[in-house]
Amino acid sequence: MSTYETLRHFADTWFLLAMTIFFVGVVLYTLRPGSRSTHDDIADIPFRNDAPAKGFDDRPSEQLKERENG
Amino acid sequence: MRAFELSILGICFFAALIAAGRAHDDVFAIHCLIAAAAAAFFFYRRMDASERIDYSATGYADGVVRAGVIATVFWGVIGFAAGVYIALQLAFPVLNLDLPWTTFGRLRPLHTSAVIFAFGGNALICTSFYVVQRTTGARLISNDAAWFVFWGYQLFIVLAATGYVLGGTQGREYAEPEWYVDLWLTVVWVVYLVVFGGTILRRKEPHIYVANWFYLSFILTIAMLHIVNNLTMPVSFLGSKSYSAFAGVQDALTQWWYGHNAVGFFLTAGFLGMMYYFVPKQAERPVYSYKLSIIHFWSLIFLYIWAGPHHLHYTALPDWAQTLGMVFSVMLWMPSWGGMINGLMTLSGAWDKIRTDPVIKTMVVAVGFYGMSTFEGPLMSIKDVNSLSHYTNWTIGHVHSGALGWVGMISFGAMYYLTPRLWGRERLYSLRLVNVHFWLATIGIVLYAASMWVSGITQGLMWREMSPFGVPVWSFADSVAAIFTYDLIRAAGGGMYLIGGIIMAYNLYRTVRGDVRAEAPMHGATSDAPSSVAAE
Repeated sequence: MSTYETLRHFADTWFLLAMTIFFVGVVLYTLRPGSRSTHDDIADIPFRNDAPAKGFDDRPSEQLKERENG
Repeated sequence: MRAFELSILGICFFAALIAAGRAHDDVFAIHCLIAAAAAAFFFYRRMDASERIDYSATGYADGVVRAGVIATVFWGVIGFAAGVYIALQLAFPVLNLDLPWTTFGRLRPLHTSAVIFAFGGNALICTSFYVVQRTTGARLISNDAAWFVFWGYQLFIVLAATGYVLGGTQGREYAEPEWYVDLWLTVVWVVYLVVFGGTILRRKEPHIYVANWFYLSFILTIAMLHIVNNLTMPVSFLGSKSYSAFAGVQDALTQWWYGHNAVGFFLTAGFLGMMYYFVPKQAERPVYSYKLSIIHFWSLIFLYIWAGPHHLHYTALPDWAQTLGMVFSVMLWMPSWGGMINGLMTLSGAWDKIRTDPVIKTMVVAVGFYGMSTFEGPLMSIKDVNSLSHYTNWTIGHVHSGALGWVGMISFGAMYYLTPRLWGRERLYSLRLVNVHFWLATIGIVLYAASMWVSGITQGLMWREMSPFGVPVWSFADSVAAIFTYDLIRAAGGGMYLIGGIIMAYNLYRTVRGDVRAEAPMHGATSDAPSSVAAE
């Protein structure tokens, strides 16, 4: 068999199966029971990082104090 | 470190000058001079020894995002103007000016690259830098590297644009820049991946928000597509000309594997990342269904990559590959509409915002056009429909309903969201001008798409009409004359879109200056006062 035929055969069978299983697995995992609270928490991410987390904020200390007070 | 950078820039400067002197053609020589000028410019900038503290009041690395917003608006207006000009050339060929540099063939890639890569690319890069910081709680891993991405990308744009006008092209759709420009973009893109991916790696949130998945798939896939599609052999290392590594139908398939996934991963996945952050932020409520967004993501990337062959129906491409492309395109309906529903339903419970907030209105129309063009696309990929629509203006109409409607409008929404926040302004200069922009753009798109449907179907029907003797009834020139009116309507629609873009540029400029237009409020719109600024 030529390289083309070997690769084509592999793509048509085992790799197709692997991709399908991966995809179906992702969908089932996403829909798993009990994941709602996790997903609600992730969906909320955009609303809680208007300032960087500790360790990433190297603004002058006066500015940070202002933020804590304000 | 600075001495090292300065010496690298110095070496680049002299190497570019030497290469310019020994170049085999004008395009290469001029590009070497541009590269030398860029090296000199950055050498001069880098000589300034003072450390640039670039973190704005927010604590994030926002300087590069601000620059990206300016670049997005600047290139947007230029790209739209180029589009209107070449649309008028189609109606009035005398506008070619009879000069080689201003022919349609050279200005058309200038237009497509300006809107896709300069406008769209800058919008994606700057919003991705903004979003990745806000959804990880971490600052970009390197401010300098982010600035390198920004300036490196602008250099890529300038080299691409000047190359087209001077006649240097690979002739590959959406990948016209020659081999050395491709290599430069590869360097810039790898740094982009490192900055973006590195910031995700040091996130403070345990989970990676879905917008980042879309941005990351855009960056990774574009890297893969760009490298494979641009595998070429230069004729000389001091000349611009190169030849593709592929030949015949393999080359055609490689080009459309690249071309359609540029649509799928640049113009769709990347801008979906934008949608999944900015629509929830502007609507002030989380995305409708996070589960649906995950399924949207995985379905989209599993299906899109196979759709390219629908550009090669009824060609030398094997039938099975054509059918494969068609079937996967039709399957794309599902994730696309799932994503559209997810974006629109994010507004559920806040539908009044569509009436009161022109920025939300812009985003909603964007998502609506995402739905409409991802309905039209699969339809056109069906072989029987394609036999009528292919090579006609219908295709161009379809592309523009996606590009002007989806990509353009979601980017406008993001720019309106970002500008007051990035420059620490209380609100936009004028919400009423946003509303004017919205209506000009929306009506412009409708005129554009509708005229191109009629024009395209007219062309398709005229080209396929045969006399009983098997001879085409119409000559090609007949079909050109038949669509003249539609060409005018299309140019008018594009013109409205351009005017809207100029109004946006003016509105954002005044916003940056800190001006507020004295005007009656619009139904208590939320974007009068950005919530993040108001909270501080």
